[in-house]
Amino acid sequence: MSWFERLSEGLSRTRQQMKESLNLLLDRSPEVDESFWDNLEEALIVSDFGAPATDTILAELRDESTRKALPDASSVLALLTEKIAARFATAEQDLFELCPVCVLFVGINGSGKTTTVGKLAKAGVQQGRKVLVGSADTFRAAAIEQLDIWAERAGVPVIKRERGADPASVAFEVVEAAERDNADLVLIDTAGRLHSSDDLMRELAKVVSVTRKRAAAVKLKPLPVKVVLVLDATTGQNGLAQAREFNARLDLDGIILTKLDGTAKGGIAVAVSEELDLPLLRIGVGEQIDDLRAFDAQDFSRALIGE
Amino acid sequence: MFENLSNRLQNIFSGMRSKGRLTEADVDAAMREIRLALLEADVNFKVVKEFVASSKAKALESEVLESLTPAHNVIAIVLDELTALLGTEAVKIQFSPRIPNAWMLVGLQGSGKTTAAAKLAYRLKKQGHSPLLVAADVYRPAAAEQLEALGRELDIRVFRGDGRDPVGIARASLQEAVDKLCDLVIIDTAGRLHVDEEMMAEAEAIRDAVEPESILMVVDAMTGQDIVGVVEAFAQRVDFDGVIMSKLDGDARGGGALSIRAVTGKPILYTSEGEKPSSLAEFYPDRMARRILGMGDVVTLIEKAQEEATLEIEEAEAERLARAELNFDDFVTINTQVRKLGGVGSLLKALPGGEKALSGGQVDEGAMDRMIVIIDSMTAEERARPSLLNGPRRARIAKGAGVEVSAVNQLVKQYESMRKMLKQMNLGADQVVKKQRPRKGKKGKKHKGKQQALPKARGGGGKGMPDLSSLGLGGKAGGKGGLNLSGLKNLEDMFK
Repeated sequence: MSWFERLSEGLSRTRQQMKESLNLLLDRSPEVDESFWDNLEEALIVSDFGAPATDTILAELRDESTRKALPDASSVLALLTEKIAARFATAEQDLFELCPVCVLFVGINGSGKTTTVGKLAKAGVQQGRKVLVGSADTFRAAAIEQLDIWAERAGVPVIKRERGADPASVAFEVVEAAERDNADLVLIDTAGRLHSSDDLMRELAKVVSVTRKRAAAVKLKPLPVKVVLVLDATTGQNGLAQAREFNARLDLDGIILTKLDGTAKGGIAVAVSEELDLPLLRIGVGEQIDDLRAFDAQDFSRALIGE
Repeated sequence: MFENLSNRLQNIFSGMRSKGRLTEADVDAAMREIRLALLEADVNFKVVKEFVASSKAKALESEVLESLTPAHNVIAIVLDELTALLGTEAVKIQFSPRIPNAWMLVGLQGSGKTTAAAKLAYRLKKQGHSPLLVAADVYRPAAAEQLEALGRELDIRVFRGDGRDPVGIARASLQEAVDKLCDLVIIDTAGRLHVDEEMMAEAEAIRDAVEPESILMVVDAMTGQDIVGVVEAFAQRVDFDGVIMSKLDGDARGGGALSIRAVTGKPILYTSEGEKPSSLAEFYPDRMARRILGMGDVVTLIEKAQEEATLEIEEAEAERLARAELNFDDFVTINTQVRKLGGVGSLLKALPGGEKALSGGQVDEGAMDRMIVIIDSMTAEERARPSLLNGPRRARIAKGAGVEVSAVNQLVKQYESMRKMLKQMNLGADQVVKKQRPRKGKKGKKHKGKQQALPKARGGGGKGMPDLSSLGLGGKAGGKGGLNLSGLKNLEDMFK
């Protein structure tokens, strides 16, 4: 199975829906008329692109299709696919390929941070890397146990402390252990928090800065620290507010979009990636360990539009 | 980013006020803003369309347009319509004579079921029930441990059964409840996708095994347009009775609540708004309507102020405030209180038109911290009697606080302007929030005795005096912009 087929399969439900809606467009009006544009607007808004981004995309699309004198609806949709893909910020390199690297996972409650860490740990082991995971979620009940189980499944060591411990000190210990044991893929889970909680965001900023400071003191080989926002694909327009706040406080390096196996289309990720210039690093399309996949804007966009 | 809706509507309507009469085009312009606000709040596209059309029809009725305050009427119509759609009265879950009653929670992954289950149990326990929490999520690693840990903290019994078969666990929990003298089981099920046939069938099987009195669906307030398909599928398969909206303590506007009502007709029963077990509140349609539209919510703010246990201004201080004779100790107290309510910025935003007042610039909450540092360098006497602050004293204070003398001068100026502001407000002693001392009139009437638990932030300072170590000193800890001492000036302008 090719990469694109696997992605498409994961996104099939999403695609199915969007395709239905767009095919409907094509069936109803192969002509590019006003009702075509109205339906296109609906399709984008229902995919959580948000009204402002939808307006911009459609205005550009209209303009360009007129200029290029595109003959029919399907050629307009092809152009739309390109336009959507072009809106994603591009990553210079996959930061999970960096060796060594230390990645902190942040996000609101229930976005899928712990699960993502578990999957990435497993993937790292399969690639033959020396993985270490750290549980800096010392707040949520059983978060540590949850990560423990994932670490056990992946067969990687986990650094943890008792619940209620200072998360920054856990992060410190994780980096220390990484240096001691020469771990080259260090994944740190943090407690979910709402971006609007000032106290908790300050706590998280401390976790990140402590991690960065300790990593800067690693002797043998420099250990870069990256901060990744885990975003639930079902999130609506609030996703932008979340990403802005996390980025302002922590200076994010990228996004992982989870839960794309439902019917949610994750359109908010387009706005987030574009506005904050953050690349999508992985997308989660299922519960299995290898359902966390690399992201390709072209394929994503094509799968979304259902070309 | 979007401006606040009330702000935008005010802009539109202020241009119309001179005309004194609205035309259809004016209403169209207003409806466009309302449409955008609803979409921004993640109300489903189709629901928005229908809602705007019906609101517009109402707004175009001639008595509205010809009334003296058409702009106000249009807003009122939209709010009323929205409130009515969200449900005009509170719905209560009925108990049956069966022992135990069973409640079952369902929802997508990460929507907050386990947390909601614990909060629900806590609430019912306080009402005199004896709940049993049932861990029927056997898939997510450590889900049962999480429920057990929460149960331990809240002193509520948790049943885990064999930890393998969700249907069996749910069924066995009924007998367990009888054995342990519990009158209610609350079943926490695994998160599932509405398109996952196997898992949806499992939810049905659990339902059929325990025949719950009530099935509650937990929905994340941040969910986008997809919510409609999700709740439709759950309504079809498990036929839930009502909704708990979670994560409403964030700034998501929660338009999904409207979509759920419009599409399934199911009521929203509770809102979950915080980390504390007590932060499960009843659902108020009118407040939700204001929130969805992005309008200020003064009622919630007042309640927040009243419920915040640390918000106590002593009688003597209140008296001094009333006479606009505050000193620097009061200044610190007030600043601390304001901070507990989320800072000047959020206070302003909660007031009608507040967003507009803020639009000139960000309030720099960090400025407050810096003032407190300076005040800390004063002697007790100086704090109590600000008039003592002459040149040498100011120089000493500046040195102690590690700031320039000009900063001290600025603070004194600020203090003076705050005094002036208090005078202007002609603040009566009974308008100052005090210890929970019931006073005649006002307060009781306004809240009809509804005492609803509100979230308190996890972490943060303790009671009483401010915990200065937790304030980010010398940085822009809480603030977003540069030093901006005009924050209080804005506040002052607000009350002119």
